[in-house]
Amino acid sequence: MARIQLVDVAHSYDARAGAAIRSGATPSWALEPVTMSWDDGGAYALLGPSGCGKTTLLNIISGLVRPSRGSVLFDDHAVTALPPEARNIAQVFQFPIVYETMTLFDNLAFPLRNRGWRAAEIRKRVHEIAGILELDADLGRRAHGLSAEIKQRISLGRGLVRPDVAAVLLDEPLTVIDPQVKWLLRRKLKQIHQQLGLSLIYVTHDQTEALTFADRVVVMTHGEIAQIGTPDELFETPAHQFVGHFIGSPGMNFLECEWHAGTARVGGVALESSSTTAPGTHQSLSMGIRPEYVQVRQAHGANCLPARVLSVRDEGIRAMVELEIAGHSIWARLRAGPRLPAIGTAFAHFPVERCALYADGRRVA
Amino acid sequence: MSHGMSARPLPGRTLLLVLYFVFTLAPIYWMVHMSLRTNEAITSTFAWLPESLSFASYARIFTDPAWYDGYINSIAYVALNTVLSVGVALPAAYAFSRYSFLGDRHLFFWLLTNRMTPPAVFLLPFFQLYTAIGLMDTHLAVALAHMVFNVPLAVWILEGFMRGVPREIDETAYIDGYSFPRFFVRIFLPLMKAGVGVTAFFCFMFSWVELLLARTLTSVNAKPIAATMTRTVSAAGMDWGTLAAAGVLTLLPGALVIYFVRHYIAKGFAMGRV
Amino acid sequence: MSIVKPVNQRAWWLVLPVLVSVAFSAVIPLMTVVNYSVQDILGPNQSVFVGMEWYKEVLRDHELHGALVRQLTFSGAVLLIELPLGVALALAMPTSGWRASLTLVVFAMPLLVPWNVVGTIWQIFARGDIGLLGYALTQLGIDYNYSQHPADAWLTVLIMDVWHWTSLVALLAYAGLRAIPHTYYQAAGIDGASRWAVFRYIQLPKLRSVFMIAVLLRFMDSFMIYTEPFVLTGGGPGTATTFLSQYLTQKAVGQFDLGPAAAFSLVYFLIILLACFVLYNFMKEVGTGDVQ
Repeated sequence: MARIQLVDVAHSYDARAGAAIRSGATPSWALEPVTMSWDDGGAYALLGPSGCGKTTLLNIISGLVRPSRGSVLFDDHAVTALPPEARNIAQVFQFPIVYETMTLFDNLAFPLRNRGWRAAEIRKRVHEIAGILELDADLGRRAHGLSAEIKQRISLGRGLVRPDVAAVLLDEPLTVIDPQVKWLLRRKLKQIHQQLGLSLIYVTHDQTEALTFADRVVVMTHGEIAQIGTPDELFETPAHQFVGHFIGSPGMNFLECEWHAGTARVGGVALESSSTTAPGTHQSLSMGIRPEYVQVRQAHGANCLPARVLSVRDEGIRAMVELEIAGHSIWARLRAGPRLPAIGTAFAHFPVERCALYADGRRVA
Repeated sequence: MSHGMSARPLPGRTLLLVLYFVFTLAPIYWMVHMSLRTNEAITSTFAWLPESLSFASYARIFTDPAWYDGYINSIAYVALNTVLSVGVALPAAYAFSRYSFLGDRHLFFWLLTNRMTPPAVFLLPFFQLYTAIGLMDTHLAVALAHMVFNVPLAVWILEGFMRGVPREIDETAYIDGYSFPRFFVRIFLPLMKAGVGVTAFFCFMFSWVELLLARTLTSVNAKPIAATMTRTVSAAGMDWGTLAAAGVLTLLPGALVIYFVRHYIAKGFAMGRV
Repeated sequence: MSIVKPVNQRAWWLVLPVLVSVAFSAVIPLMTVVNYSVQDILGPNQSVFVGMEWYKEVLRDHELHGALVRQLTFSGAVLLIELPLGVALALAMPTSGWRASLTLVVFAMPLLVPWNVVGTIWQIFARGDIGLLGYALTQLGIDYNYSQHPADAWLTVLIMDVWHWTSLVALLAYAGLRAIPHTYYQAAGIDGASRWAVFRYIQLPKLRSVFMIAVLLRFMDSFMIYTEPFVLTGGGPGTATTFLSQYLTQKAVGQFDLGPAAAFSLVYFLIILLACFVLYNFMKEVGTGDVQ
């Protein structure tokens, strides 16, 4: 268990970064300067598209990468200079890493043997962890030739077997697992989190994985942290246009609008939103609303925009409706039923508390 | 900057390497040494350094038109053979490493048996065969003939490296919608660069040094350096200097080849994003 | 939940080019040799079928037994030296930068010298009066003469082979090591593994397939060795360094007797085949690595 803090940490893979930093210039950061702390025992997800810096961040925490700048603290101790084996972390990689010539038991016992544990204690601990991971039936088997899912459990086990492990860091661990059995490992991780109370930091580009697994999600893009929040917060109040796009399937709708005479206007029509302050100077302004909250009506009303229904797709328990508003294509997700809108003119109602303004990509309060 | 532990170097590695360097380069140095002296000097007195630099041996080689023609010819058929051998071996190695099919284990071992007879055994049959199909004295003939021992080697080495690439990568690529050729070229091959590099070099090397078949299957148009290399005993005795000079010159193409494939051989890979 | 290779008969299409390019050039000469081996060739068009006669004669030949013993000893010594040395070198070689490039080029050099030139150079190199090695040894007071003392001849041929071929083992092992993903080392580091443990549990298993190729290749090539020792010592002094290949050639060329020579060739081939088969299966059973 440990509280992890990052203080002004930034990293660049550019070989000339060191020189640039010393001379005061700004190198091209793979990870923009960040200061944050991770609660003890929390389950976090680092979510973002490829190349956004999430693996860099993870490796800085684990010690596989030493940041170009800044310091990493575990329980207020500076660990920036320490290698991974001295940091009480466990890391599970995208590809399962097991020692194929050893048995399962020996695989799990390996880290303990390297630390000089006694045989009896090793046996007790290995059985304990193997039990949690449901590997105890196979302990005598050779690790060679097992499925990827079991191998990942072994990798995880090798990390958990050390009692002093403070955090388990997972780098897209489900990537090579068969889709049908991914849920097995996910469930296992949740179980471990509850049972052992370890901090878990999970890197993924899959929002479903992130949102179902984590208590708090860190959404990243282009080396920057866009937002940290609970899955609910990210869904309901995305702080960034990017977060709105990325989370949700389909993502948030954005309509270009202008600020005129004290209100936002889409195609000239005034629209109220949950943003109560006026946006400052900006280059672009958008109104964002999730498809789940768009309502389609036949009659004009408060906070409505004229629209044209382009298509209605009945998908069983819900229907996806494509609308055209002021030249933009908008999706609405409606409950399926007898009263689905027909193709043609209609009105789109935006509940005030469900939409928000985004100026230059940032949510306006 | 990575803390991550790469293979930590062995203690004493520098000493071992230095000793081996000296061991390896001593006879090479001697070969250069011999190429710069006259035959009389070579066979009569010992000297750490050549007492006087004599380029006569090199001159003899360079003024012999057969020599540089031979050089080009050799490079031609060796390059052709390398490309053919590796090209033919890649799909076969993939099949052996990923699938099981009727007779696969026997076929795999049988391939190796083709390297268990000295090429001399193939001499007469090849001669007859290539004369019959009109390929005598062509680069293609030698390139094809050398495939007998290079293809099994290539298949064996490549298969070993392919086995080391996790099958999950193939499956992930198919799920992502890659077609087989695209997957093979863009994802699979880069992951076994080291294997391809070392295979290409070995095919080059074994073909380059094979003199018997190369000499027998060619006469004028595709005559390789083999002819010059073996034509060094004259009435005056062994022409040490010329042979040494020829030896030095034959080192060059191979040295270039390994220099060019060094990135393939030396670059490892971190299991990157797939 | 073991992983077994899926059966796929269409894989034969992938193997076909290899089959075509190798098959006919191996089967035909073999048939020719088998043909000769059971005939007594008296003249250009006269031959008498003699069945197993030549084979019996070959197997009874005492000189053959001598050559075989010498050959086995030589191949054994070659494997015992070159394999560990090659692997040790591979572990010691630099992995990047100009140092790696230089090392690769230097290691490649002995392999690129045509085999008759190898023998020729060592002929002079090892002479006590005019060669670098021989001169250095005699200056140190060692009584060394490879053309007169059988032990010296043996040692010289052996060292020459080690010089010539260790690089092959080293390069193969080096490539094999480079193919191990960095992630393994990272994970081992987090597990607190010692240098020896990394070698034993990560590097060695991954090197298995490469090592097997190296063993089989070196055994085959050393068992068939001809040019280098022939040029260096001519098989001497006496028959001290006459190995199997040279003995075969002597018989075939010297005595112009194709029948027994053909029979000998086949027996030779079968010995290598058997030895390789045994080695191959032995290495597959021991340990696991990635063998499926």
